[in-house]
Amino acid sequence: MQKYIKIPIFFFCLLPILIIFYQIAFNQLGPEPVKKITHVTGEWTLRFIIITLAMTPLQKFTKLNFWISYRRMFGLFVFFYASAHMMTYVGIDYRFDWSSIGDDIIKKKFIFAGFLAWLLLVPLALTSSKRMIRLLRDKWKKLHKLVYIISLLGIIHYLWLVKVVTVEPLIYLIIIVILLTLRVKMKFN
Amino acid sequence: MKKIKYSEVTPEKIYRHRRSFIKSMGLGAGSIALTSIPFINSARSKEDTLTSYKDITTYNNYYEFGTSKSDPYINSQNFKTTPWSISIEGEVEKPIKLSMEEITETFISEERIYRLRCVEGWSMVIPWMGFSLSELLSKVNPTSKAKFVEFESVYDPEQMKGQRYPVLNWPYREGLRIDEAMHPITTVVTGVYGKALPNQNGAPLRIFVPWKYGFKSAKAIVKIKLVENMPTSSWMRSSPREYGFYSNVNPNVSHPRWSQATERVIGEGILAPRIETEMFNGYGDEVAHLYSGMDLKKNF
Repeated sequence: MQKYIKIPIFFFCLLPILIIFYQIAFNQLGPEPVKKITHVTGEWTLRFIIITLAMTPLQKFTKLNFWISYRRMFGLFVFFYASAHMMTYVGIDYRFDWSSIGDDIIKKKFIFAGFLAWLLLVPLALTSSKRMIRLLRDKWKKLHKLVYIISLLGIIHYLWLVKVVTVEPLIYLIIIVILLTLRVKMKFN
Repeated sequence: MKKIKYSEVTPEKIYRHRRSFIKSMGLGAGSIALTSIPFINSARSKEDTLTSYKDITTYNNYYEFGTSKSDPYINSQNFKTTPWSISIEGEVEKPIKLSMEEITETFISEERIYRLRCVEGWSMVIPWMGFSLSELLSKVNPTSKAKFVEFESVYDPEQMKGQRYPVLNWPYREGLRIDEAMHPITTVVTGVYGKALPNQNGAPLRIFVPWKYGFKSAKAIVKIKLVENMPTSSWMRSSPREYGFYSNVNPNVSHPRWSQATERVIGEGILAPRIETEMFNGYGDEVAHLYSGMDLKKNF
């Protein structure tokens, strides 16, 4: 049963990037298309972080186990959109101009936070298979706690980027803080 | 203000065609027409293609109407710009209050094509309509105490929904040093593309300072005050570490969050590369002397 639900969910998760491809093809990204793609992929990264982080609390509260079975897929979509986000910046925006990019990473704290978040996602994506879970056991659990740090880096990346703090980054911040506090609470219960 | 009928408005295509026609006449009659327009012949603007009317009027930073760049166009359509008047006061011999009608009758607007460089790293090429701010300021005879000019934009939260939130310190304030304000390319803008200035671009009257980042060019101005001390602009108040008083376009001084070395040209599409940002936005020949001996890294 779950298998049949997983496939449509998978395609739903792909929708944002498909919409971007459509908008590229039909020139619907507005006057600053590169910035638009960067923003949209960045926002979806944050949304998938929130979705991924919500699976465990949902399992605890609803006492239904199926939530957990989607967690890995959502987690991998975090990595997918984060990579698309970074590749837009590195490849399309800066044309692999490594000296400028390196300069940005060192000098701009919001880019540093974002780059670090992406870097920390790499080991999580690499160890996401069932085989790796079995192989690493307790270490796997410890390693994947990195997602808490990644989520905070992601929201800091957003907050440091905006010229004036508006409602949107604050909403992401509040949701992520709630989800992380739930974790702390669950641990102490 | 004289109402312009839609039928009188030049369509963008003809407008562009006319321009290329003038260009194609080269050093003939075209250059006579062009010499009446100051600085249009600067090396940079010759190669630049004009940004489309649509992009100029739908992609704006104007936080009074919302923080998203599509907000100003959407939220400013019912903004009332009549009646409107501007008071010029402070360290002047003859403070005055001018109605918009008086301004359009007294000062003749001409076409001035300038590049706009936003601090966010994008740029446009805009055919403004306007006249030199120095002409306006000469009406009031600034005293010797007038060292700076402060611009105050309108405060009207009823009509400007962005002002209902403390996004910035309202009303929007900006400032220039007196010699910057008196420079002939510092422009009082009344229109764009030969048409009246749209609300989202700062109607009925705004300033445009071509060699500074866009936020220095205050929109919908109601008061111009000549003062002795350096005024604090809204952005300086919001984040003094990020926004200095001068805010000259400078590829060598990076903003704490963005490199200013390159920029993206609006309307160029997804495959166009960034271009290198020029010192003083390419207007160094005209304005560099204003800053001789000044450390522009310190005075950013």
